[in-house]
Amino acid sequence: MHEETAVADFGLDTTPRSLADVARDAIARFRGGDLGPVPALLAIVTLVAVFGLANPSTFLSVGNFANLLEQASAVIVIAMAVSFSLLLGEIDLAAGFTAGVAAAVMATRLQDGWDLPSAVLLSAVVAVALGMFTGFMVAKVGIPSFVVTLANFLIFQGILLLLVKEGGTVGIDSELIRDMVGANLSPTQSWIFVVVALVLFAAFELRAQRASHGAVPMSLVGMKVAGTTAVAVVATLLLNENRALARANIEIKGMPVVVPLVLLLLVSITFVLDNTRAGRHLYAVGGNAEAARRAGIRVDRIKLSAFTACGLLAGVGGYFLASQINSVSATTGANDTLLLAVGAAVIGGTSLFGGKGRMINAALGGLVLALIDNGLPLVGKRSVFWLVEVDFSSSGVKAIAAGLALLVAASVDALSRKSAN
Amino acid sequence: MSTSLATEPLLELRGVNKSFGPVHVLHDVDFRVHAGQVTSLIGDNGAGKSTLVKSIAGIHPIDSGEIRYEGEDVVIRGPRDAAELGIEFVYQDLSLCENLDVVQNMFLGRERLRRGLLDKSSMEQAARDTLATLGVRTVKSVRQPIRSLSGGQRQTVAIARAVLWNSRIVVLDEPTAALGVAQTEQVLALVRRLADQGLGVVLVSHNMNDVMSVSDRVSAMYLGRMAADIEVTASTTKEQLVGLITSGQRAGSPTTDTHGDDT
Repeated sequence: MHEETAVADFGLDTTPRSLADVARDAIARFRGGDLGPVPALLAIVTLVAVFGLANPSTFLSVGNFANLLEQASAVIVIAMAVSFSLLLGEIDLAAGFTAGVAAAVMATRLQDGWDLPSAVLLSAVVAVALGMFTGFMVAKVGIPSFVVTLANFLIFQGILLLLVKEGGTVGIDSELIRDMVGANLSPTQSWIFVVVALVLFAAFELRAQRASHGAVPMSLVGMKVAGTTAVAVVATLLLNENRALARANIEIKGMPVVVPLVLLLLVSITFVLDNTRAGRHLYAVGGNAEAARRAGIRVDRIKLSAFTACGLLAGVGGYFLASQINSVSATTGANDTLLLAVGAAVIGGTSLFGGKGRMINAALGGLVLALIDNGLPLVGKRSVFWLVEVDFSSSGVKAIAAGLALLVAASVDALSRKSAN
Repeated sequence: MSTSLATEPLLELRGVNKSFGPVHVLHDVDFRVHAGQVTSLIGDNGAGKSTLVKSIAGIHPIDSGEIRYEGEDVVIRGPRDAAELGIEFVYQDLSLCENLDVVQNMFLGRERLRRGLLDKSSMEQAARDTLATLGVRTVKSVRQPIRSLSGGQRQTVAIARAVLWNSRIVVLDEPTAALGVAQTEQVLALVRRLADQGLGVVLVSHNMNDVMSVSDRVSAMYLGRMAADIEVTASTTKEQLVGLITSGQRAGSPTTDTHGDDT
């Protein structure tokens, strides 16, 4: 019963497609509700335009641009951590305090005279343990992650309070950690980094293009690489300008160290998720846990590992938090940190329903929230529709804006899921 | 179509019993699956079809009785045992991850690795080859996410996944239940092709038209017992099959090898 079945049956996989075909597919996906990071990109462009118009001299200054990247870093890293739980279709409400505890462990150990590697190692072990604890409660005991991490929110906050003592502040006794957020590459180093990163990116895109047998048109690769190069070059040119205040007699220039650090985390985690069995299984469990179970995947093990990764990464986010203010206190990772992290992931396009999302979403969403945080105060007092005088720099307005952004993103997520079914 | 051969069945269950607490679900059930044949398992709701299938799958291990595979006594205690014997299941609700693409679903849980990393191109090629040997023409790209496929296409992918593993027996639970007419036809043609390629196919179905159109044999269950095991011939009618389901008895027509009893 051999019928003339040939490769032609999977025409779409092997026939070269044009840029127009790809665009059509993208639009079809878009209509089908798969928006990916597009809303976040639109939000970034819109926010930059709005704030740029409202206060061009400050918002569009190079100093503010560098500042923005540094402000976003901790939230982005914690959002990447939370993404692990979101990919499962679960949530981690305690990630902020996991970050706080890890930072506090590190800071107090350094204060007690430990060397940096030992202090970092211990704090990483603690972060892993906290993540495993969450994972155990969710996967083995079977408590909904919402409840487990709500309880952990209190427990971890308590641990943090005990570590830093009530009202206390622990300074960071390590220049390396203090420099994570705040130090800059030299202009030469910045260029070397950008060139190496772009070459690797282009090589990777070309390899994917070759593996696709023409399904990814060369022109698309060209556009992607050219676009990325343009953005990277402009950003580096700006960041390499002196952004110290006019009267200061020091120079501040070069790319903030957080940029390569966050990019390195983002790229390596993405690679692991895309190219390992564990990564594939994480998406499978998030997409349909029962199907994954029937396919022989140990669902509880995947959940346990995902929460463990979430804990470790949140701990790394804690170092960024600590580095931002060069100290750890009872509020490190508290307040809005967690909500901003969850918000960043969702605003970036990671689904709350599991199985859909990438690390780049966390980065883009984190930038959106940092823009809101950074831009609103610069708007100052304005009357809205000539009716009410609103002080956009107040933290009330900030909180409302960030909350609304999360709601809008979650609505997009929920509605796109509905339209897909 | 092949005839009921005198050859050894590929899979044979003898005197299988299964209880859930006080409820005796399977009573001394005999069941046979031959290579190269479609054996349909029919019966009313609660007759014990799915319990029987699940006991083959190892989800509900049997209490007593024998399971013979290629003439050898085997014990199936869990899904892994079944998979190791080469028995694959296609469940009614498909068990596909909608967020993953066709290749990713076909290799789910059994991904190929190269130097510790996923070997994507080899998996893609193998998926394409399997679909091609099954004569699948409806799936245009193996890189499509399942979400974008129709019900019939999804069922096709689920079946192709089951045969990707050099399986010897494929058990399909109501594969056409949710499908339209054209899609049902495609899936039934695929089911037939599996048997023609030498696999033992078990089709669990409520739809007598489906059963009549693809089956070589029909095993009918009635109240937890095997009411009949008949060969489908030109003279087999839908009414006979319906009679087996509703009363466990056959109306008129020459009997082949009925065993089991009426309530």
